[in-house]
Amino acid sequence: MSPPVAPPGWSRWLVPPAALSVHLSIGQAYAWSVFKPPLESALGLSGTQSALPFQLGIVMLGLSAAFGGTLVERNGPRWAMTVALICFSSGFLLSALGAATEQYWLIVLGYGFVGGIGLGIGYISPVSTLIKWFPDRPGMATGIAIMGFGGGALIASPWSAQMLESFGSDSSGIALAFLVHGLSYAVFMLLGVLLVRVPRSEKPVESAPSAFDGPQVSARNAVRTPQFWCLWIVLCMNVTAGIGILEKAAPMITDFFKETSTPVSVSAAAGFVALLSAANMAGRIGWSSTSDLIGRKNIYRVYLGVGAVMYGLIALFGDSSKPLFILCALVILSFYGGGFATIPAYLKDLFGAYQVGAIHGRLLTAWSTAGVLGPLIVNWIADRQEDAGKSGADLYGLSFMIMIGLLAVGFVANELVRPVSARHHIPAPREAADVTARQQSESA
Amino acid sequence: MSQPDSSQSPPDRRPLIALAWVWVGAPLAYGLYELVQKATQLFTK
Repeated sequence: MSPPVAPPGWSRWLVPPAALSVHLSIGQAYAWSVFKPPLESALGLSGTQSALPFQLGIVMLGLSAAFGGTLVERNGPRWAMTVALICFSSGFLLSALGAATEQYWLIVLGYGFVGGIGLGIGYISPVSTLIKWFPDRPGMATGIAIMGFGGGALIASPWSAQMLESFGSDSSGIALAFLVHGLSYAVFMLLGVLLVRVPRSEKPVESAPSAFDGPQVSARNAVRTPQFWCLWIVLCMNVTAGIGILEKAAPMITDFFKETSTPVSVSAAAGFVALLSAANMAGRIGWSSTSDLIGRKNIYRVYLGVGAVMYGLIALFGDSSKPLFILCALVILSFYGGGFATIPAYLKDLFGAYQVGAIHGRLLTAWSTAGVLGPLIVNWIADRQEDAGKSGADLYGLSFMIMIGLLAVGFVANELVRPVSARHHIPAPREAADVTARQQSESA
Repeated sequence: MSQPDSSQSPPDRRPLIALAWVWVGAPLAYGLYELVQKATQLFTK
């Protein structure tokens, strides 16, 4: 499939909603927990078993983004969005069949394996195209799309819960809910497939610079540069620090204020988790857009440096002031989201727009690593501290110190980022890079 | 083969832009509304 070239007069403001339709859909993955209790009671599963489809989905997200990135660059965003639509929706349909026949392995295969491929390809599908349409504001453009991934769970979580309430939480109710999800997301994502276009020329906006200005590096060469691995560490450390809070947010705020005069109720803790989601989403669009003004290196200095200070404040004074605890946690989560959303623009600055989507896909392995590392650190340490007879805020003090250390490592890695050596640049960037321009000349 | 009329202006995309943003904005607004409802529990309960 050749990339769909925009007709004359096509507005670049049609591309962000196309990207959002995909990201808002695949962001449903973070609302998987809604299905866990009904699946456990309907199919007699343990908590670990019911988490399998989500875990496999996230593993497949990382793998398909890493290995499918070059295909996405070669075949264009419409192909990628179509693949994402087919995989994500058929993952739900297979899961519906699995629930209806009470064959749990089909749910793992469908939602986790097939749907997970949709997650990975869908996640990177609009990145390169948005950067080419918005060379003047790449941070804002990719921030809008990646904000959608955060927003997907906000929509899916209440929607799925209401659906299970209406259809019932037995296996046939779950099957029907999966079926409706699969069909609805297919229709919703179709907007992205139909609307997405690559720009006719490398300068879609006359007054803006071209996305292909400056050095261009292929995905194959990018992974051989120290810059790629520095950014890998930066992303991994930033995400680990965010997950450290996000993973245990509700028990954490309850534990912190358990022995104080203002304990936190279960519903208030749920409110805290919701507020963190809002900060995560706002950070994606807000901080990423700010990076267009102050530069990518500077914004990561803020994420990592100020993030470490926030962790330090929580560790030292968090249990004495609820507003301070909440404020610091919100700032950390906004940096977590910002870190995700700003990384494509950082990659574009260093490696050019030529294969930025494929490079971004490879970098997402840092996310998969952090997804294991963050919860492991916080949960393992909290369990050990509890075994040692500690309680309240003392359960988390050591974890927070480790997070500060990890953020410091990320800060140093960011400082080490320098422009990519000329030996990694592709020889004739413009001819090789401008796929759309080449296509135009071929079809003329 | 007939050549495209260069004097013809491209179609007005504004209705399509509005439709596309409503398409993604409406569910997002629903999600945000539900989020705000939940988040207020932190301060009220």
